[in-house]
Amino acid sequence: MPDTIPGSLRAYLHGLPGVDEVGVRRRAADLATRSIKTTAKRAALDLAVRMVDLTTLEGADTPGKVRALAAKARRPDPADPTAPPVAALCVYPDMIGVAAQALAGSGVGLASVATGFPAGRTPLEVKLADTRAAVAAGATEIDMVIDRGAFLAGDYGKVFDEITAVKAACGEAHLKAILETGELVTYDNVRRASWLALHAGADFIKTSTGKVAPAATLPVTLVMLEAVRDYRAATGRQAGVKPAGGIRTAKDAIRYLVLVKEIAGDDWLDPAWFRLGASTLLNDLLMQRTKLGTGHYGGPDYYTID
Amino acid sequence: MADIPSHIPSRIPSRIPVRRTYKLYVGGAFPRSESGRSYPVTSSAGVHLANAALASRKDVRDAVVAARKAFPGWSGRTAYNRGQILYRIAEMMEGRRAQFAEEVAAAEGVGAGRAQAIVSAAVDRWVYYAGWADKFGQVLGGANPVSGPYFNLSEPDPTGVVGVFAPPGSPLLGLVSVLAPVITAGNTAVLVASERAPLPAVTLAEALATSDLPAGVANILTGRLAELAPPLAGHADVNALDLTGAGGLAAELEALAATTLKRVLRPGQDDWADPDPGLSRIRPFVETKTVWHPIGR
Repeated sequence: MPDTIPGSLRAYLHGLPGVDEVGVRRRAADLATRSIKTTAKRAALDLAVRMVDLTTLEGADTPGKVRALAAKARRPDPADPTAPPVAALCVYPDMIGVAAQALAGSGVGLASVATGFPAGRTPLEVKLADTRAAVAAGATEIDMVIDRGAFLAGDYGKVFDEITAVKAACGEAHLKAILETGELVTYDNVRRASWLALHAGADFIKTSTGKVAPAATLPVTLVMLEAVRDYRAATGRQAGVKPAGGIRTAKDAIRYLVLVKEIAGDDWLDPAWFRLGASTLLNDLLMQRTKLGTGHYGGPDYYTID
Repeated sequence: MADIPSHIPSRIPSRIPVRRTYKLYVGGAFPRSESGRSYPVTSSAGVHLANAALASRKDVRDAVVAARKAFPGWSGRTAYNRGQILYRIAEMMEGRRAQFAEEVAAAEGVGAGRAQAIVSAAVDRWVYYAGWADKFGQVLGGANPVSGPYFNLSEPDPTGVVGVFAPPGSPLLGLVSVLAPVITAGNTAVLVASERAPLPAVTLAEALATSDLPAGVANILTGRLAELAPPLAGHADVNALDLTGAGGLAAELEALAATTLKRVLRPGQDDWADPDPGLSRIRPFVETKTVWHPIGR
């Protein structure tokens, strides 16, 4: 259900406090210097694996590749049964059938991008049909892209209505709204888009498609974590955050977890409320896990090439 | 005008000396150790020469990552091009002859004439291996006579990332003698310099950085052997080890290397003065690839 916002949407969004850009960068950089070691590191690595949305969004995706990735999602490290499964597999809509079959009974979520990913430049009817088809095929999570053109043109009502309509088309499936922060230019816009998406009913707000540089950054994620924290305080509804794109090393992932704990709080340190959209990250997380076990550094030769 | 306080020296030097910082060489850059540490280096007579960076196991890891990244590019170059670059290294060393000679004299406690001879031998060693770069393939590989309608070829392929422990007693000539054959074959190297006398290694790194050698092909670490050797020997992304300078740690490092299936070279006593070491240090770091090709009709 979308929230009712008193007065005009524009007045509301522009009434949000501005983001102190220098302060946000500084805070994110300070938190990135935290040192996480030994048992805390092990717990963080396992949590990060459980938070991964293992993603393959390439034009060259084949059913075989999706099945291979699904097997990896169920059991990331075949040599180590203690490695937990990832949160979800994220694919293009035409691959949902293959993925659903490969993931059946595993408890791993199945996310699909929809609404004309990654540009989102299709008519609303097409976006809704895309969403319904994905849900019908078995997707449990829908990653939609917001209309950045409308947002930047100041047509907030259009963006709001679109998210509301897609949320309705999702039915039971969770909706993640991709803000594509690399195209929003300012932190103020990121904050406005976050609140807009949250009020429109998004279950998650996600930074990027991964097709635009810059993708996820720590400061942008910090602003979005503040939004979900303050949104829960204001309305009582909790929503999640998903940084995606450019997170490649275990060290990066742990920095995001520190951010979650310090900005949003312990309630968000759970795969239900925080996800990491990534593909190569998983191998580095597994390599670091193995290193804690064996004491020596691992090499890419020992892991699958996705 | 007020009197100058007595604790200020009456004569201020006309120029403040600019001293060199001895850093690591990783991925084509000269970082300080990730740990921020350094250690004093003394001459053979015990005189303090400089402080060198004291690398940590994380520097080892970074160096292996840099070496792995450089491997496809370096091994993919033509043998002829690798030879040209090795020759260029000799040229760059020749240009820094005075600096090398001074450092060798201080480290080994030899006279100026002997130091010059050692530098000459080190420069000549690059030229020697530059010549081998496009020739060892013919010696180690070739067309094999097989009984069947096949054309059968063997060729030596580089092994990958090689961890090298430079000999402690010969900080320049020994260093060049172990590094050059490894990269001649198309491998990339992570080299741990002589713990007691690392300064010639840092100067060599500065010559390497200006000689068209792609970043990450040779990575040079200075520090404690006992601290750097185990993580390097146990690293699963290192394909081979040269234990020349490993000393008493060699057996332990061999055991670590066995857990990750590395090729290991554990040579006997080396004579660095030998001007013609042959393929003894190239052969251990190549893999023979054999291709069977049906003869078409």
